[in-house]
Amino acid sequence: MLQVNDLHVTVEGKEILKGLTLTINAGEVHAIMGPNGAGKSTLSAVIAGKDGYEVTQGTVTFEGQDVLEMEIEERAQAGLLLGFQYPVEIPGVKNIYLLKSALNAQRVARGEGEMPAPEFMKLVKEKLGFMKMDASFLQRAVNEGFSGGEKKRNEILQMLVLQPKLAMLDEIDSGLDIDAMKVVADGVNSLRADERAILLVTHYQRLLDYIVPDKVHVLVDGRIVKTGDAELAKELEANGYEGIEEFVA
Amino acid sequence: MASEEMEQLVRRDYKEGFVTDIESDTLPPGLDENTIAFISNKKGEPEWMLEWRLDAYRQWLKMESPSWAHLDYPPIDYQSISYFSAPKRPEDRPQSLDEVDPKLLETYEKLGIPLHERAALAGVAVDAVFDSVSVTTTFKKELAEAGVIFCSISEAIRDYPELIKQYLGTVVPVADNYFAALNSAVFTDGSFVFVPEGVKCPMELSTYFRINAANTGQFERTLIICESRAQVSYLEGCTAPMRDENQLHAAVVELVALDDAYIKYSTVQNWYPGDEEGKGGIYNFVTKRGDCRGARSRISWTQVETGSAITWKYPSCILRGKDSIGEFYSVAVTNGRQQADTGTKMIHIGEGTRSYIVSKGISAGKSNQSYRGLVKIGPRAKGARNFTQCDSLLIGDKCGAHTFPYQEIGNSTATIEHEATTSKIGEDQLFYCQSRGISEEDAVSMIVNGFCKDVFQELPMEFAVEAEALLNVTLEGAVG
Repeated sequence: MLQVNDLHVTVEGKEILKGLTLTINAGEVHAIMGPNGAGKSTLSAVIAGKDGYEVTQGTVTFEGQDVLEMEIEERAQAGLLLGFQYPVEIPGVKNIYLLKSALNAQRVARGEGEMPAPEFMKLVKEKLGFMKMDASFLQRAVNEGFSGGEKKRNEILQMLVLQPKLAMLDEIDSGLDIDAMKVVADGVNSLRADERAILLVTHYQRLLDYIVPDKVHVLVDGRIVKTGDAELAKELEANGYEGIEEFVA
Repeated sequence: MASEEMEQLVRRDYKEGFVTDIESDTLPPGLDENTIAFISNKKGEPEWMLEWRLDAYRQWLKMESPSWAHLDYPPIDYQSISYFSAPKRPEDRPQSLDEVDPKLLETYEKLGIPLHERAALAGVAVDAVFDSVSVTTTFKKELAEAGVIFCSISEAIRDYPELIKQYLGTVVPVADNYFAALNSAVFTDGSFVFVPEGVKCPMELSTYFRINAANTGQFERTLIICESRAQVSYLEGCTAPMRDENQLHAAVVELVALDDAYIKYSTVQNWYPGDEEGKGGIYNFVTKRGDCRGARSRISWTQVETGSAITWKYPSCILRGKDSIGEFYSVAVTNGRQQADTGTKMIHIGEGTRSYIVSKGISAGKSNQSYRGLVKIGPRAKGARNFTQCDSLLIGDKCGAHTFPYQEIGNSTATIEHEATTSKIGEDQLFYCQSRGISEEDAVSMIVNGFCKDVFQELPMEFAVEAEALLNVTLEGAVG
């Protein structure tokens, strides 16, 4: 589904990713772990198309399409969706409006036409319930005045409504207490499907107790230095990244 | 022009004499007492009105064009302007939509303006382009039954001289400021509304429906009076860009609210902003002021300003009546090379008076925008309250936003709150929306409309929808 090949990325003249290669197949859940500054968030940002990242070498393809040639919105329309570590506030724009605009923009781009309003409301209410969110949430401005936990839930809610083919979640566990993390993890787990892949970016192993990945990659200094199964995450928890770095060196 | 030269011009003898000029329809460029006499005569005004105009003119001659605004424009040559011109004759106007600038038509399309109205807006010479006669007749009947007077200011001067004498110039005195003085001397068009005691005007009044309103006057004069417990909602302007050959506009609007009266005045202004270099755009120097003369009266200004090359405009409220309320809700958008210096004045005189100011400024392109607001609390305004919220949004990095809040507090029991923010339309906000599959253009409009929401919800429903569409068209291509 997603192939990242020998990806080199520079931010403000500094090389962050230094030849990253990664393949994700449909139905798989991958976790990328690594110390701060290793380039974890850079990877998902580049795939989503954020400005300010210069790809100097390598390729990214999604279902055969050259992702780096696509506009930001085209990537989302193709089924690539990024869940943010720090979602921004958009004053005056209601959550429900953003959800509806996003869903319909994607559907129209795929030639499916807009979803009828009653069907949309039914869908959103069902997903809200799943995320244990109150309906009043929909009428609030996007992320405005949301607590950290509410923001993260909102990111997952968008995933549940938009149903991407590849969901990339950047540090979705940061700043969550244990109850909120369970709700978020339940949401992510409900997205698991044969035709869908999930890419988790996380600093801590903790999240992976709740969302058990098929593959774990260790990212150090811009390269994947080790790949394993869920057990690898536990080793990291026990020995820390320094152990790996030494091991690699 | 130096004032001595002006005075020389004025002192010229009545060479041609205005009496013979009445036969012609259009005055050559130039301004002197003859010009004013011509206008007054042409309008069939009584002698006292001519005196009123001449008084304004003589005071104007002694005044200087204000220079304090954060605006940059070449000096205006008042002698190069024609102060009276009859509407264009049908044969001089475009004969069909095919002759109209396709860009203009494209904009009408985007704004969703009904086909039959486009021709009228573009100035096409078609009689009764839409069924205005019957609409207006129904209208007039309903208003007359309610006792509401709604007519052009010229008609009012002829038909209701007592009301005009009683109210005209009492809110904006003839020599209030340079542009108001000029307007008082030479105004040729505008609206008059009178809502008698206890009457709630049965419909929203719009210039759009007033006969003869098709040609927006260069010097418009509007007077709205609500007697005790009367109410009216007045809509001015139109979201469609109007064809207009007059570069200078200097309107004066006066509102008077007596005890428990409520006047809601909404404006959507979308005049020609000029080309990419800012050439040819309208200069809009407006004086709008409401007088909350009665106890518990309320005046509310709502404006959406997107057009003009230069905007100089401060709709204000004088809160004289005890417990009266003044409101100002504004969205101003500048793009390209537009410049706007706009804001409000809330003058608290009476006890327990309250005012609310919500100003949203959006600057894009190479435009410049300033908010200028005065909150003045007089010594007798015990317990007066003001809340001001003033937000600026910048799109791109070549535009500017400035805020000039002034406060003069003469009573220690007053409460004043001021909140101000300036933000750049976040790359982060755009990225967030786009990464959900929304196009950049739609994302900008979503974010901008969200920013303006507090003001849009003050507009009458239909206007609000149009205003949103207008904003999107105005900001098209502002990013990237």
